[in-house]
Amino acid sequence: MGDPLQGGDPIFIGGIDFGVVALVVLKVLIGFTFVMVGVIFMIWFERKLIADMQNRIGPNRAGKWGLLQTLADGIKLIFKEDLMPNKADRLVFRLAPYLTVAPAFLTFTIVPIGGLFGTGENGTIEVFGYRTFVQVADPPIGVLFLLAMSSVAVYGVMLAGWSSGSKYPLLGSVRASAQMVSYEAALGLSVVAVVLLTGSLSTHDIVSAQSGGFADWNIWRTGVVPFLVFCIAATAELNRPPFDLVEAEQELVGGFHTEYSSMRFGMFYLAEFMNTITMSAIIVTLFLGGPDGPSLFGPDIIWPTIWFMGKLFIFLFTFVWLRATLPRFRYDQLMDLGWKRLIPLSLAWLLVIGAIRIADDEGWNVALVIGISLASCVVGALALVGASRAGRIRRRAEEALR
Amino acid sequence: MTTVSQGQGGAADTSEGAQELAPREAVAAAELLRESGAVLRMSEASVSELAGQVSEDETMIINMGPQHPSTHGVLRLMLELEGETVLRSKPVIGYLHTGMEKTGEQLTYMQGGTNVTRMDYASPFFNELVFSLATEALLDVEVPPRATWIRMLMCELNRISSHCLFMATNGMDLGAVSMMIYGWRERESLLAFFEKVTGLRMNNNYIRPGGVAADLPDGWREDVLTILEDLPPRLAEYDVLMTGQPIWRDRTQGLGVMTPAEAIALGATGPILRSTGLAWDLRRTMPYLAYDQVEFDIVVGTTGDVFDRYAIRLNEIRESIRIVHQILDLMPKGDYRVQDPKVTPPPRARIDESMEALIHHFKLFTEGFKVPEGEVYVAVESPRGELGCYLVADGSARPYRMHIRGPSFVNLQSLPHMLQGGMVADAIAIISSVDPIMGEVDR
Repeated sequence: MGDPLQGGDPIFIGGIDFGVVALVVLKVLIGFTFVMVGVIFMIWFERKLIADMQNRIGPNRAGKWGLLQTLADGIKLIFKEDLMPNKADRLVFRLAPYLTVAPAFLTFTIVPIGGLFGTGENGTIEVFGYRTFVQVADPPIGVLFLLAMSSVAVYGVMLAGWSSGSKYPLLGSVRASAQMVSYEAALGLSVVAVVLLTGSLSTHDIVSAQSGGFADWNIWRTGVVPFLVFCIAATAELNRPPFDLVEAEQELVGGFHTEYSSMRFGMFYLAEFMNTITMSAIIVTLFLGGPDGPSLFGPDIIWPTIWFMGKLFIFLFTFVWLRATLPRFRYDQLMDLGWKRLIPLSLAWLLVIGAIRIADDEGWNVALVIGISLASCVVGALALVGASRAGRIRRRAEEALR
Repeated sequence: MTTVSQGQGGAADTSEGAQELAPREAVAAAELLRESGAVLRMSEASVSELAGQVSEDETMIINMGPQHPSTHGVLRLMLELEGETVLRSKPVIGYLHTGMEKTGEQLTYMQGGTNVTRMDYASPFFNELVFSLATEALLDVEVPPRATWIRMLMCELNRISSHCLFMATNGMDLGAVSMMIYGWRERESLLAFFEKVTGLRMNNNYIRPGGVAADLPDGWREDVLTILEDLPPRLAEYDVLMTGQPIWRDRTQGLGVMTPAEAIALGATGPILRSTGLAWDLRRTMPYLAYDQVEFDIVVGTTGDVFDRYAIRLNEIRESIRIVHQILDLMPKGDYRVQDPKVTPPPRARIDESMEALIHHFKLFTEGFKVPEGEVYVAVESPRGELGCYLVADGSARPYRMHIRGPSFVNLQSLPHMLQGGMVADAIAIISSVDPIMGEVDR
């Protein structure tokens, strides 16, 4: 895997022996436990926080401050009867929950959750004589892997709704596929900005490139817009309010998981929160420097993880906050936002960033390049507005003819 | 997928079958016209054209309710969907039918209040009020002024609590779940006051023929003032959370639009009618109680959409607060019920001293008071619209016939018209904006 500075986990430099395998297994276990425990607390945290925001008390029976509530709910779900509708496609119905849970786990493996970057250690720590990254895996195609996994998650939701053999889940899954597919485009385009600046798809490299301090974080280097687009698209990918049309209790009862019960439902529930954590972690990794932050006191090695958790927490809080505050979008409004606003915006921004990069490389006049590219963006925006207005007028005319 | 099950114990074999939304082919053009929500708008020709446009394979008939989180109880809507667009819809009711109107014929006028109060359970005082007013009209008794003003006080507070409930459910239906709890919180303070006055939070049976059941308790004025002080800042919070919220506006504006002519044709009253811009409020147009002595504005909308109905209710809370302030100033002293021993039971203390009082008490509570022959229709403006009570008396102590014109019931028939062409999410918002109380729809 070569030089550690060129990417690739240094653990593999000395060849693969039993110790390496054991360490990787250990890392997987730790990652798994991290996410699972994270989910348990995230569910508790969400319920407690939203209860506070809504003038309620929230769970307070199981354990101190209701901390064990999630555990109790999980046990209940495991012991409940597992129902399957008569019309369900049995195989797919069983498969769907796993298709949702697995990507949520897998995506988390590429997130660096600690390690000092920007020093000689380059984000590695020493464990049992091996140097390794503080992330389960660092594939050179990290960002592509992220996008691939979020696409696989669509299948879980879509198949769940389709295989239930019931109408509400079907509506939910139709919404799900449309929503997740279209927001993935915006998601991908905003990530490209980060990749363009870093010059690498590896999450480790992306974090390394931001390790110069606060001002080096991608959120500033990419000019905030890709960050905002990514956050909105991520919320839509997660099916969290205000984009929770896929479940939309008030409209589709439970959306794609209406017919699910017992632990199969539990898995969707788990996956939803797992995805929330994973997506927040991805945002932190891509835009907020991951574990980057100053060491304040005590051993240096704990601070990256603390910073990472702190940043993660901000996003978890925000997701709950959004849920407590915002009404739900309607299907067509959601599509409008995705296709007519977010995708053109991130495309235009990508163009500007790309132009600046080339201008830098070729030594052109940067100000002029920015001016020209912004002007072409404005022209494009006007053309888009014009096109959508013309379309709307034509549609009105057709409706009037009816 | 869309065929109605037949002969296998399906709904088609029951009396419910006739109510169901049948597939397109099985529906006559005139029926289709009605089901497509055509009121003064579509010609038969355009409907038959519409029928030809949509093929059976592309549509899906879906049941929304009676077990559905957003149908406000047990309303059942059958929707014909093309994708997510609602082409036709049909409300099916009767799941909460308890025969209250018929029961009313078995109960004396004395007992009637307990029965009617359970109809519109979100605004019980209005039911009691309209029943009492009808009975009093038949009896031709004049209630003392204090009773009238107490009735107004309770009704206006009830209007506030009912609208708070609407705010809660409307917010929830559109996905603003926090709003649900906020609305309930405000309602709770009012219900606590009702409990203090009447002993019950709902189904109070407080307003009775001849007056009210009991005088206001000590300290009522302070309680009401506290409520009135707490409410306005919270309504301002609603404005922040919903009224000015861009997503909220996108979700509600231009949805379920009705014109005044359509609303009148469909018999819609209350906020639905007022949202079209018609200032029709029985408190003003046909004053009852002492509404001609208080100052208030009728809130009307401009476009007749879901947002207007929301805004009307929000501002009606403000108007009601204004009215209650005036009631506090104008509340007269005196009796809280008619001092006619034939209608009003004697005070408990009198029973121990007076044989006559004991007899009156006994007679009143066993066979009730007799009401002279006649018939009467009385209507009041409930939070949902015109709530009317039609009573036929045959000279006995029980009504010969009691009919309630429930505004929720009548307003429901405007649903197919408003739902047509919207999406599923719009359907939820529109149902919510009608604010039906199924207890009143089915009675």
